[in-house]
Amino acid sequence: MDILSLFITVPIITILALVFTKGLKQARIVSMVGGVIQLIMAINLVFAYFKEKAVNDAIMVFTRDVVWYEHFNIHYSIGVDGVSVALLLLTAIVVLAGVFISWKMNDLPKEFFISLIVLSIGVYGFFISIDLFTLFVFFEIAVIPMYLLIGIWGTGPKEYSAMKLTLMLMGASAVLLVGILGIYFNSNADGGALTFNILEIAQVNIPFEVQKIFFPLVFIGFAVISALFPFHTWSPDGHASAPTAVSMLHAGVLMKLGGYGVFRVAMYLLPEGALHWSWFFIILAVIGVIYGAFAALKQTDLKYINAYSSVSHLGLVLFALLMLNKTSWNGAILQSLSHGFMTALFFALIGMIYSRTQTRDIYKLGGLLKVIPFISVIYVIVGLASLGLPGLSGFVAEMNIFVGAFQHEDMFYRVSTIIVVSAIVVTAVYILRAAGIMLMGPVKNEAYLNLPKVTWYEKTGILLLLIPIVGMGVAPLWLSDMILESLQPFIQAVL
Amino acid sequence: MDFSSFLLMRQEILLLAITLLLILTEIFIPQNKKSSIVHLAIFLFGIHTIVGFFAIEEGNIFGGMFHTNDLVHFFKNVLNIGVLILLLQSADWLQEKIVIHNRGTEFFVLMFASLLGMYFMISAGDFLMFYLGLELSTLPIAALAAYETTKRISSEAGIKLILSAALASGVSLFGISMLYATTGSIYFNDITEVITATNLSILGLILFFAGLAFKISLVPFHFWTADVYEGAPISIASYLSVISKGAAVFILMILLFTVLKPLMFIWENLVYVIAIATMFIGNLFALRQQNMKRFLAFSSIAQAGFILLGFIIGNQLGAATVVYFVLIYVFSNLAAFGVVQAISLETGKENINDYEGLYRTNPKLSLVMMLALFSLAGIPPVAGFFGKFFLFIAAASEGYYILVFIAVVNVTISLYYYLLVVRAMFLRKSDNPIPFFKNKLYMRLGLIITVLGILILGLYNPIYDYIFELSGNL
Repeated sequence: MDILSLFITVPIITILALVFTKGLKQARIVSMVGGVIQLIMAINLVFAYFKEKAVNDAIMVFTRDVVWYEHFNIHYSIGVDGVSVALLLLTAIVVLAGVFISWKMNDLPKEFFISLIVLSIGVYGFFISIDLFTLFVFFEIAVIPMYLLIGIWGTGPKEYSAMKLTLMLMGASAVLLVGILGIYFNSNADGGALTFNILEIAQVNIPFEVQKIFFPLVFIGFAVISALFPFHTWSPDGHASAPTAVSMLHAGVLMKLGGYGVFRVAMYLLPEGALHWSWFFIILAVIGVIYGAFAALKQTDLKYINAYSSVSHLGLVLFALLMLNKTSWNGAILQSLSHGFMTALFFALIGMIYSRTQTRDIYKLGGLLKVIPFISVIYVIVGLASLGLPGLSGFVAEMNIFVGAFQHEDMFYRVSTIIVVSAIVVTAVYILRAAGIMLMGPVKNEAYLNLPKVTWYEKTGILLLLIPIVGMGVAPLWLSDMILESLQPFIQAVL
Repeated sequence: MDFSSFLLMRQEILLLAITLLLILTEIFIPQNKKSSIVHLAIFLFGIHTIVGFFAIEEGNIFGGMFHTNDLVHFFKNVLNIGVLILLLQSADWLQEKIVIHNRGTEFFVLMFASLLGMYFMISAGDFLMFYLGLELSTLPIAALAAYETTKRISSEAGIKLILSAALASGVSLFGISMLYATTGSIYFNDITEVITATNLSILGLILFFAGLAFKISLVPFHFWTADVYEGAPISIASYLSVISKGAAVFILMILLFTVLKPLMFIWENLVYVIAIATMFIGNLFALRQQNMKRFLAFSSIAQAGFILLGFIIGNQLGAATVVYFVLIYVFSNLAAFGVVQAISLETGKENINDYEGLYRTNPKLSLVMMLALFSLAGIPPVAGFFGKFFLFIAAASEGYYILVFIAVVNVTISLYYYLLVVRAMFLRKSDNPIPFFKNKLYMRLGLIITVLGILILGLYNPIYDYIFELSGNL
């Protein structure tokens, strides 16, 4: 068993073990053990990657290729570069934190953890696939458990949200499927065999006419899951109705599939199409960034604030990817990681606040700093990371994006960069507004004076996510090196 | 005369022997042991299915009227497996509702006769044998559809089925006569050499196509489907939607791909339009259904539309993807019908609303149902995804991207109504859920086989490779 396939088999074994568990206590222990093993594997992968990269100069390392459907040239083909390694680490951390946050999941615990782990299999598989077919399979595997997770364990209008989310994402993946077929049937443009292998297709010069047609399909297919305006509407409803751990995985990991797919498939395989269409999607991304920020400004529900903030931040990722240069791409990946940790932590904290106060309305809360100081302080730290305070992860990412974006001399790019930068101000306003109303001032409700203390599992979950946020902010270079090195072949393909 | 050539008809002869044996048993078995006929029939059919897996040589007999090769033989095996699963799933229903009225044997005789007709239909080497097979396969089902004589709705289903089927085969026969008029032969091999696109032969093609479209329930020939499914006993509804439809798809595909290949520039347009109409109408009507049988009826109409995506390219790849999809469809749809059957037999409930809260009382049944629906919807990693994906690859390989796009839009629409059932079972809580019950052995076996099929057929690649290889000798 190679080092990457373990990311599929370990969760499967965890699921099999979960089938035989009884009750919450056994289920959560098994899930936790599985999560810890995955985290160790992910950390080990980072070190192994550096060691391997020193001797192996290939684009993808730890590759493995097994023929699956020979007639269609479908392979189970896996491999990683710096970008996927970083995202795998993000996934492992968020999944484990999610298990800790769901420590008290009383309703159908076994089924909850199984669905959560199925989702994580899809995400892991997506990040390690080099074959478009397997990539697509894992993409859908990651989406469908969301229906059950939100529908069964959610709150509020959960059936509506779950159905909306599933249909929009599956609709997007349907569009994506047409795009993938278009790429597949033009992968013999240079006279070779038809193939689904991303690295092989990248060597082929797909005709511009074809790229022009299929780039938008592939781009939209992936970008919907990154909440591209105007296809973002599934995201706030989905977040708001989902249970805490699902919101964390959803915002922290699942939405990253979009950016990664755009980068790995749409841009890498259809570079001329990307250049042709970039102006159009930049406009959409800019609208997304601004619109998300202003929408967050008006919300009173904590989850909606962070959901719209995600729309804004992930719009920024798409914007950076569309800028098509190395610095901004580095920023995009860093932003993906940073947003993953931040939002997961945000939702974890919101879940803790909600479970104590039974409300997410910021106007009903107040003075929480006095009653639950630990949660409140962490909330402020993440908020600062989110608005890009130097020393925390958000700053490193946004800095790279804006520096990269401004390198274009074209008027259109510069103007759009300036508009996007202005969103930072709005971000600061909505973060500080929520924190101010909710955490500061007098305690509004006397019942809040006796809120339960933070438990050890909540603290563990918080720390798991907080360490990378601070780590990325203080020492971003090793991560940035790992990513930048991996970006080289992509930049060559595009320019 | 060398009788060894009759071995080509081994499947037919064996099935006929089983049928006759059952009739004899019915005569001689004492009244109080009638229920053992069900066990006997299932046992014999099980042996028949297993024997079917031994290879049969390729060849013609009766001067080319009967023809068999590896692909046809494989497809007979698919039908066998389908019928076997179906018998396992209906065994309890037969024991409780039919055998006590002393009508158990006739059920098997009629069903096997219909299956025999399908064998002959897909093995046909000329239009005469084809037509005989078509009739033999249809008439017994009409009797079976009206089998629950105490229910008016069942009789209504029977009469609807026989009238529309008679009309369909009449239309089909009319088309065949026109093809005969233009080519001067009813033998497939001769027709294929001389057929040209004249007004008469095109009209013949369209009428012939319409006749088979009735059996596959393609739009606009689908009106009988939902009513008959709703009225007929569940095992017959699932027989119609799986076995009968599968056989008709297969023979239509063979005829279009070989005999009528010279007219491909005509029928590919026909298939294109009908595929789109079938997918949309099937899916849109399924959205609002409350009765599970009607729901599955419209879902199976929509599935037939997807199958046409493999038809449209008319080559080996198309044939392989169609057969592969039908194979998967057999397992997926039988799993869904099996659950409906189990619940209906236990509680008499057939509406989607009745399934609310099912997971909390009957988790295993709900999981089977969910897998079946996901497979029908085409969600990985279950088999239906692979079946659909390969159909899309087939259509896209000849550049039908717009058709594929319409199809994927339909996949999304279909996902909505499949999720409605999942919603009822998993998301909803009910004050009055279906209480826990334990399935009997046969039913459990029938469901387990379908689930294994759904899980294995997609992930295990040699099956597709094998089918692709077989499709070479179309």
